[in-house]
Amino acid sequence: MRALLLILASITWLGTARAESLVVSLSNQHIDINSTYAGAQLVLFGVVIRDGRNATRADAYDVLISVKGPAGLVTVRRKELFGPIWLNREQQKFANIPATLGLISTRPFTEIVDSEFLDRFGMRFDNYILPKGAVQADGFAAALIRLKQDDRLYAIRDRDVSFLSPDVFRATLDVPATGPLGIYNVEVSLFAGGVRLAQAETFFTVGKVGFEQLIAREARDHGVLYGMATAAMALCFGWLASVIFRRD
Amino acid sequence: MDLYLPIAEMPINVLTVLAVSAAVGFVSGMFGIGGGFMMTPLLIFMGVPPAIAVATGSAQIAASSTTGTLAYWRRQALDMRLGLLLLCGGMIGTVLGVWAFGALRRIGQLDLVIVLSYVTLLFSVGTLMMVESVKTLAAKRRGQPANGSQRVHKPWYFKLPFSMQFPQSNLKASIIPLVALATLIGFIGAILGIGGGFLMVPALIYLFRVPTAIVVGTSLFQILFTMLAATVLHAATNQAVDILLALILILGGVFGAQFGARAARNVRGDWFRLMLAVLILTIGVRFSLDILVPPQEPYSFGTQETRR
Repeated sequence: MRALLLILASITWLGTARAESLVVSLSNQHIDINSTYAGAQLVLFGVVIRDGRNATRADAYDVLISVKGPAGLVTVRRKELFGPIWLNREQQKFANIPATLGLISTRPFTEIVDSEFLDRFGMRFDNYILPKGAVQADGFAAALIRLKQDDRLYAIRDRDVSFLSPDVFRATLDVPATGPLGIYNVEVSLFAGGVRLAQAETFFTVGKVGFEQLIAREARDHGVLYGMATAAMALCFGWLASVIFRRD
Repeated sequence: MDLYLPIAEMPINVLTVLAVSAAVGFVSGMFGIGGGFMMTPLLIFMGVPPAIAVATGSAQIAASSTTGTLAYWRRQALDMRLGLLLLCGGMIGTVLGVWAFGALRRIGQLDLVIVLSYVTLLFSVGTLMMVESVKTLAAKRRGQPANGSQRVHKPWYFKLPFSMQFPQSNLKASIIPLVALATLIGFIGAILGIGGGFLMVPALIYLFRVPTAIVVGTSLFQILFTMLAATVLHAATNQAVDILLALILILGGVFGAQFGARAARNVRGDWFRLMLAVLILTIGVRFSLDILVPPQEPYSFGTQETRR
């Protein structure tokens, strides 16, 4: 009982200590993949709710948004010289790596907080790749980040959150076309004067609909029939072409 | 014009894929090869996951070889008897190859084996054909009869037991070397994910002296049935066949193959062999550049498995 009271007390204490809180909302919670899907854009709106007691702040607000795609295992391989030829020799596996990652902010991160705090607030890709406590990505980990950036799966846009009024901001979130299906988590942090004031989370899902969904389901549930249908299609078109082109 | 592929899970430019598959289809119809050894790397280059590229490619090869087979069959340039025999050997080889594929993957040496066998095969086959056809062409120019293809003595492997007549191919030989050849090619094909036409065509021409015109039709016939089986197997076991991608590849491929088969009719045998040799060598050079030139980016990452 005493423990419970203590917990309750600490919660209220935490609550009063925070002068601001955040409310965020996405323009769309579900992204539908149809046959013309080529990636998507979402709009995120956020409102800063201020506690009346300290209505004025010397520093302007800053916002950092991270959009994290479904996570999974990635194997990174390195080509090495083996005799006269280059081959994939060494490899390293990384667990729980987000397939896509977008970091969006009002200003470059180093202007928002001191560089020594960058890690703590997840403002570098390294934080999502390396296990906790590791300092800097190098070798395989750095290569993974580089390759993900080359494929436009990881991206930093550091001047892309705009304030519509002192308390209301908006940002567009990009979903890469080659990003996987599943749940994408969105984390929004509010900063002022180098300190994190509030945090909010939301998510959206990416999934197939219509024809795309039908095909994927048939391929999974009736593999043999699906394969036979594909083979029949091949035969059919092959025969059709020879009929069309026949010139006897 | 972009279209999202339901199984590969990526958008792809329809016109680009159509153009590429038409070009591969043209070459495949012309030389009686499936074209898998060109199509698969091209699809992977476009960003299609390798497993899906290999599996879906087999559907396209099936379609192109249907058209090709029918065209040669109408012109009676297809030895059904020889084709069926080769098909039997090919099936045995495919089963063995699929088993070896799994075993090599378990020891972690699959990549190495694939790269080395591609380079070795393409170079040895290409060089052999190149030398042979240049010799023949040079001899013809000097006005001498080409001696390579008109040797009187039959090689020893023709005289093994179980002899069989193939009137259409003008061939009377033991079935043992024929089945062994088809088994070997089926085995290599299953490991490399190709139909093996580029091996079968020169082997039949040089080792068994089957007339070029018959070889192409017969090889296409065998590839057709191997690839139909491969399509169904890949779909059933790996769910790696993308029917939409297959449709685009087929549309481009069948028409390309049709023009290719037509073009082949106007090319003389020796020149035909020289052209095929150049094609095979070019692809061999392309593959060896991959492993000989120091890579700009030594790192790469495989397809990521994510929880749904």
